[in-house]
Amino acid sequence: MALKIVKGSIDRMFDKNLQDLVRGIRNHKEDEAKYISTCIDEIKQELKQDNIAVKANAVCKLTYLQMLGYDVSWAAFNIVEVMSSSKFTYKRIGYLAASQCFHEGTDVIMLTTNQIRKDLSSPNQYDTGVALTGLSCFVTPDLARDLANDIMTLMSHTKPYIRKKAVLIMYKVFLKYPESLRPAFPRLKEKLEDPDPGVQSAAVNVICELARRNPKNYLSLAPLFFKLMTSSTNNWVLIKIIKLFGALTPLEPRLGKKLIEPLTNLIHSSPSTSAMSLLYECVNTVIAVLISLSSGMPNHSASIQLCVQKLRILIEDSDQNLKYLGLLAMSKILKTHPKSVQSHKDLILQCLDDKDESIRLRALDLLYGMVSKKNLMEIVKKLMLHVDKAEGTTYRDELLTKIIDICSQSNFQYITNFEWYISILVELTRLEGTRHGHLIASQMLDVAIRVKAIRGFAVAQMATLLDNAHLLTGNTQRNGICEVLYAAAWICGEFSEHLEDPMQTLEAMLRPKVATLPGHIQAVYVQNAAKLFATVLRKHDGETESQAAQETSQLLIDRLPLFVQSANLEVQERASCILQLVKYIQKLQQKNVEVAEEVTALFAGELNPVAPKAQKKVPIPEGLDLDAWINEPPSGSESEDEKPKAVFAKEEPKHSRSRHTEVDEKELARRREVRKQEQASNPFYIKASPSSQKVYDAPGVEHIPVVQIDLSVPLKVPGMPMSDQYLKLEEERRQKEKAERKKKEKKKKREKRGKERKADSGPESEEDITPAHQVDIVTEEMPENALPSDDDDKDPNDPHKALDIDLDKPLADSDKLPVRTHRPEVLKSPAEDRDGESVPQETKKKSGKEKKKDKEKDRKRSKEEKKKKKKPKEVEEELLESQPEEAVQSEETKEAAAPPTSTSAEASDLDFWLSSAPVPPAAQEVTAPSSSAAAVDTSSAAAPESEPDEPKDTEPEDTKSSKHKKKKQKKEKEEKEKKKKKRHHHHHQHHGDAGGEDSVQNGTVEEEEPLPPMSNYSLLAENSYIKMMKEDADQVYDIQGNHQDESKVVVSVIFENKSDSFLKAMEFNVLDSLNSKLQRPEGAGAHDSLTVPFQLPPGVSNEARFVFSVQSIVMPQKLKGTLTFIVKSDESSTHEKLDFKLHFTCTSYLITTPCYSDAYAKLLESGDLKGSSLRLEGINMPFHHLLARICFHHHFSVVERIDSCASMYSRSIQGHHVCLLVKTSDQTVSIDAKCDEPSLLGNVLDEIKQTFSKC
Amino acid sequence: MIKAILIFNNHGKPRMSKFYEHYTEDTEQQIIRETFHLVSKRDENICNFLEGGLLIGGSDNKLIYRHYATLYFVFCVDSSESELGILDLIQVFVETLDKCFENVCELDLIFHVDKVHNILAEMVMGGMVLETNMSEIITQVEAQGKMEKSEAGIAGAPARAVSAVKNMNLPEMPKNINIGDISIKVPNLPSFK
Repeated sequence: MALKIVKGSIDRMFDKNLQDLVRGIRNHKEDEAKYISTCIDEIKQELKQDNIAVKANAVCKLTYLQMLGYDVSWAAFNIVEVMSSSKFTYKRIGYLAASQCFHEGTDVIMLTTNQIRKDLSSPNQYDTGVALTGLSCFVTPDLARDLANDIMTLMSHTKPYIRKKAVLIMYKVFLKYPESLRPAFPRLKEKLEDPDPGVQSAAVNVICELARRNPKNYLSLAPLFFKLMTSSTNNWVLIKIIKLFGALTPLEPRLGKKLIEPLTNLIHSSPSTSAMSLLYECVNTVIAVLISLSSGMPNHSASIQLCVQKLRILIEDSDQNLKYLGLLAMSKILKTHPKSVQSHKDLILQCLDDKDESIRLRALDLLYGMVSKKNLMEIVKKLMLHVDKAEGTTYRDELLTKIIDICSQSNFQYITNFEWYISILVELTRLEGTRHGHLIASQMLDVAIRVKAIRGFAVAQMATLLDNAHLLTGNTQRNGICEVLYAAAWICGEFSEHLEDPMQTLEAMLRPKVATLPGHIQAVYVQNAAKLFATVLRKHDGETESQAAQETSQLLIDRLPLFVQSANLEVQERASCILQLVKYIQKLQQKNVEVAEEVTALFAGELNPVAPKAQKKVPIPEGLDLDAWINEPPSGSESEDEKPKAVFAKEEPKHSRSRHTEVDEKELARRREVRKQEQASNPFYIKASPSSQKVYDAPGVEHIPVVQIDLSVPLKVPGMPMSDQYLKLEEERRQKEKAERKKKEKKKKREKRGKERKADSGPESEEDITPAHQVDIVTEEMPENALPSDDDDKDPNDPHKALDIDLDKPLADSDKLPVRTHRPEVLKSPAEDRDGESVPQETKKKSGKEKKKDKEKDRKRSKEEKKKKKKPKEVEEELLESQPEEAVQSEETKEAAAPPTSTSAEASDLDFWLSSAPVPPAAQEVTAPSSSAAAVDTSSAAAPESEPDEPKDTEPEDTKSSKHKKKKQKKEKEEKEKKKKKRHHHHHQHHGDAGGEDSVQNGTVEEEEPLPPMSNYSLLAENSYIKMMKEDADQVYDIQGNHQDESKVVVSVIFENKSDSFLKAMEFNVLDSLNSKLQRPEGAGAHDSLTVPFQLPPGVSNEARFVFSVQSIVMPQKLKGTLTFIVKSDESSTHEKLDFKLHFTCTSYLITTPCYSDAYAKLLESGDLKGSSLRLEGINMPFHHLLARICFHHHFSVVERIDSCASMYSRSIQGHHVCLLVKTSDQTVSIDAKCDEPSLLGNVLDEIKQTFSKC
Repeated sequence: MIKAILIFNNHGKPRMSKFYEHYTEDTEQQIIRETFHLVSKRDENICNFLEGGLLIGGSDNKLIYRHYATLYFVFCVDSSESELGILDLIQVFVETLDKCFENVCELDLIFHVDKVHNILAEMVMGGMVLETNMSEIITQVEAQGKMEKSEAGIAGAPARAVSAVKNMNLPEMPKNINIGDISIKVPNLPSFK
C-alpha cells in the first residue's frame, strides 16, 4: 500500500503539470490546436486513474484550457470528485474549476449539495472559504434552497473571514431563492454593525445591491446607514452607502435634507484627505438629493449651481477620467435643471472635439437635454459641422442618431420650423456609408404624416430625392441609406395631391434602376406608382380623350413588367396586380369611360398614426376570456383525468382511450418532427421570421452587381435647400417678431400707463418663440377607452422582481428556511419570534454616542410604538380579509394575532429620525402652500388623503409649528399610500362620500364585503362658510416626567372652506372644564383663543391640531367651543363665528397596545381586574368585520382568535388594562370585559354598544 | 456588480478570465476578442471608461480598464459600481499581484493562472467586492499557500525538484521577459486604505 503511494507520487513527478502544459503550448505555436488535443487525451487518461493528485492536476490543466475556449464540461464529474478531496490543495483546484465551468444547466451540480454542506461546516476556515467562493459562482435555485440555512448560520461564524464571505454570498442566494430574503434579512441587518470592517463592508454591499432594485423596501434602514456614513472610514463602504442614498432620496425627500450637510462636509474634506472616487460619488448623491428636493425650492438652485460649477472644474481637468465623469454627472443634473447646465454649452460643445470618443459621446448625450426652441437650430448646425468632419463611421452614425434624437425628442417639442427639419433630414441622406437610413426614413414619414402643414414642402423635397435617386442607389447600396427612398416614395404617393408634377415623379419611380433597390423598397415604389397614377388621372379628369392620362397608362404598362419579373414575391405580386389593373383601365380609357373617380377611390382614406403601445392598451371587452377554450381541447391530454366529467366516465373505456391517445401523442410528435424537417428543407415554405427586420433583409440583393460611382466631390443635389438658410431666415423672423412685439408693447404702455405691466423677461424666453408656421402635430391614435397603464416597460424576467419583498413585516411562521432535520420542528411562539428579530436591532441602535440620550429616546420610541398601534391593526385587517373564513386554523390566527409591532416601531423610528432633521426655514414656507395646493387637487371635502391611522408627530415641543408638522404628515401619508394601495383605494372612495351631507361616519357605513371603509373623522360643526371635521381624539399621549397625573390629548380638526370667499384670522377657543383644558401658549390667559395657523382660500381644506390636557380619563367629556373667523370677499369682509362641541369619548383615551397571549393570560390570572359584560343582539356582520371594527373604533388589538371567539386588549393612556373576550353565535355577540377601572370599562362598553347600534 | 474580469496582453491573448455570469466558452472567447478590440485601439492618455460592448450585457454596463505595460486589466461592471472605485480596485489587484509574485511580470500570470484566480477570489466574490484591504488579502493568500505547502509535505519536495530540473532542461524557457513597471500609478487616485 505504502509502496503504491510512493510509486504514485513518483509517477506524478513526470506527469505534465500546468506549467508544463503552458510551456508546451508556447512551444507549439504552429500546431497549437493539435498539441492541445493530444494534451486533452492525456488529461482524459489521467482522469481515469484512481490517484486524486493526478486527477487534481488534470482538472487544473482543464481550467487553463477552459480559459482558452475549450469546452471542458465533459469532465464535470471529475471536477466534483476533486472538489470532494479531503486535501485543501485539491479541493481548491476542484472548486476553481467548478466556478469556471459549472452553471445552472450542469446536471452534476445536484451531486454536490452534501459535499458543499460538509465543506461549509468544516473546521478549517479555508475549506469553508473555498466552498463559499465556488458556490458564489455556480449557485442554483436548488442549491440555494438547500444550503440557505447553512449559509445563514455561517453569517454568525466566529471568524470574520467566513462571516464576510457568508454575508456576501447571501445576495446570490436571494437571487436564486427569493423566499430566503425575509428570514435572513434580520441577521443581514445585524451584520451592518459587525465589529469587523470587512463583514460590515460585505453587508453594505449586499444591502446596497438589493436596495438598488427595490429601494422602497429599504427606506427603514436609512438611519442605520446614515450612522455608518458618518462613522465609517472605509472608502469603499462610504461610496456604496452614498450611492445607496442616491437611490433612496427620491423616495423620501426628508432624507435628502438630512443628507445634504454631511455630504457637503465630505466634499469639502475630500480633496485633501481621501480618494477622488469618494468626492465624485458625494457630488453625485448631492445632485440626486437636490433633484429630489428641487420642486419649488428656489434656495436650492444655488446649490445646483454650485454642483455644476464643481463639475465644470472636473470637466476642465486634464485627467480624462474626471472629464468623463464630470460630463456623466452633468447629464444627471440636466434632467431636472436644464437651465443651469445650458449655461455651460460652450464647454460641452468643446468636448465634442475631444480626441476621446467616450468623452465625445457623453458630450453628445448632454447636448440632447440642452436644446431649447431657441438654440436647437444653432446646436444642430454645429453637429452637422461635426458630421462633416467626423472620421470613422461609428462616431458619425452616433452623431446622426443624436441629431435625430435631439430634434424629435418629446414629440418634436423644440422644432419651430419643420421645413428646416425636413431639410436637415434631406441633408443627412447625403452621408456616405451611414447605417441609419432606416432611422432617417422613419423620421421623414413621422413628420410628413403628423405635421399636416408641412406635407406640401415634404412632398416637394421627397420628389427631388426620388428624382436624384441614382445618387443614393449608386453610392450606398449596402449601407441602408436607400431606406430613405422607401419613405420618399411613400410620402410622394400618399400625399400626391401636393405634387406639382406627379407625372415626372411617376416617371422617376419607374426607372429601370429602381429594380436594383432592395425588395421592400421596390414594393413601396410599385404601390405608390399606382397612387400617383390615380392622381394623374384625377388631374386630367374631365378632359375627354386626355392624351396625358393615356400616356400615363402606357408608361405604367411599359415599365411595370420589369417589376413583375422581380425575384421578390412582394414586388412581383403588387406589380402584376397593378399591371392588370392599369391594362384594364387603359381599355376603359380607350372607350372613353370616366375612370378617374373609381381609381382614386382605390386609395381613398387617410392613414393616421397609431401610438406605439396602442395595441397593448386595447381593453379586453367584458365577457371575453382569452384563456378559455373556444372548442373543447382534443381529448387524451392528461388534464382530462382531472376534469369533473371523468367522474361520470366509466373506468375501463377511459383507460383504453388514454392508452390509445398516448400512442397518438407519440405519433403526433413524430409527425411534427417530420413536418418540421420537411419545412426546413422546403425553400417555398415561409418560416416565421423572428424579427421584423428580416423583412428588409432582401435575400440576394447583395449579390446583384452594382457599379460603384466614386465621387470625390460632395454632391449638391440640385434644387435642395440648404438647411443653413433657414437658420438665417429664422433669425430674421425672430428679430422681426421681437420688434413687432416691442412696438405693440410700447403702444400698450402708452395706452395704459397706470396699469401694471408684465415683467419684461429681458432676453427672449421660451414662450416668446412662436413657430414659423402653425403646425398641428397630429397626436397618435389610441384605441377607445385605452387603459392608462404605464407598467409596460418593466421587464418581467428581471430576477430582481422576485426580491421585491416587504422586509418590515415581521416574520411569520411560514417564513423559514428549509432545514434538514430528523425531529419535527418545534414551533416558536410568535412572541419568541419577535424577540429574536427585533431585540438585537434595537439594542444595536444604541451606540456609545447616543447612550446619554438613550433613556429619553427609548421613551419616545415606546411612545411612538403606542401611537403607531393602529398600523398592526391594519395589517391584521388585511390578514383577516384575506383569510378564507371557513379555514381559520388556530395557527393562522396566531400569526394574525401576533401584532407586528416591529413594523410600526421601525416605521416610526424612521419618521422620528427624519423628523428630527433640521429643516431650513425657507423650505418650510415653500412647502406649506404646496401641500395645500395638493389638497385643492384632490378636491374632496374631508382631508383628502388622511387615513385614520396617519402617524402623528410626537415631539411635544413641536406643537408650535404646525405647518412643519403638516408637511411631515403629508409625506408620511404619501409614503403610506404607496404601501397600502388597497386600503388607499377604499379611502378614496370613502372620502368621495365624505364630501356629502352625511359625514357623520362613525359606524354609519353600510355593510359590504370585504371590510367596509372606516373613517374616524366626524363632523364637528358646519355653517354656510366653513365645515369642521374632528378626528377621533385618538392621538393621545401622556406627558413624561412631572405631570404624572395629567395626560395630553391631541385633537386634529380639518377646516374646510365651503364658501367662495377667503377665510382668514380664524381663532379657535374652547371653554375649559375642570378636567380638560386647552393648552395655550405660555403667557396667554385661560380664556384666550388660539389662532389657527393658516388661512383658507375658497374650497380649500386644511388641518390644525390642538392639544388638551386631561386629568381624569374614566369619564367621557364634552367641551363647548367657538371658532371665529373673517370672511373676506371682493366687496366686503364680515366677522363670523361657529359654535361646536368637542366630545372626548373614553375610547379616545385608549391606545392600541399589542399584547401576547402569555402576558394576557397572566394579566387575567392576576385578579386585579374587575369584570363586566355586554350583549349585542342582531349583529349581522362577519366576525372579522366585527373585530376590525372594534379594533378600529375602539383602539383594541386582537390577542388571539379561535373560530368565533377572540380575546382583545387595549390600554389607556394612564395605564389601565382593558381586556375583552368577544364571542359570537347567531347574530348575538357577547363581550366579557375586564379592567382595573370599572367606570372606564363601563363607559367603553357603552361606546362599543353605541358603535354597533348605529349599524 | 462586477460582471467579468479579464486580463489579456497587448495581442489579445487571454491571461485570466473570470465571468460572474454564465456564457458558453465560445461566447466568452468572443467577449474577450471584442473587449480587446475596443480597448486596444484606444490611446494611452484617454479616459479609462468605455461603454460596454454588445455581447456583455446592455447599456447599463461599462468597461473599466487599465493598461500596464503588456497587460490590460478590464473590469466589466454595471451602474452600481463607482467608476473611480473600480479603478482603485484594479490598482489594488495589481499591487497585490506584485506583492504575491514578488515583482510580477506577464510570465507569472501565464504560468500561474490558478494562483491569480486564488488571489482574485479573496478580493471579488461572485461579482461583488469582498475585500479592498491589501494587507488582509495578502495575509489570507499566504495562509492558504502555507496550508498547501504543509499538505504537500515530503511528497511535495521531489515534485518541486523535478519541476526545477524540467525548467533547467528547457533552454527555450524565456527567462527574462519582464513586462516592465507594473505598478504605474495613475495620479489623482489614491488607493483604498
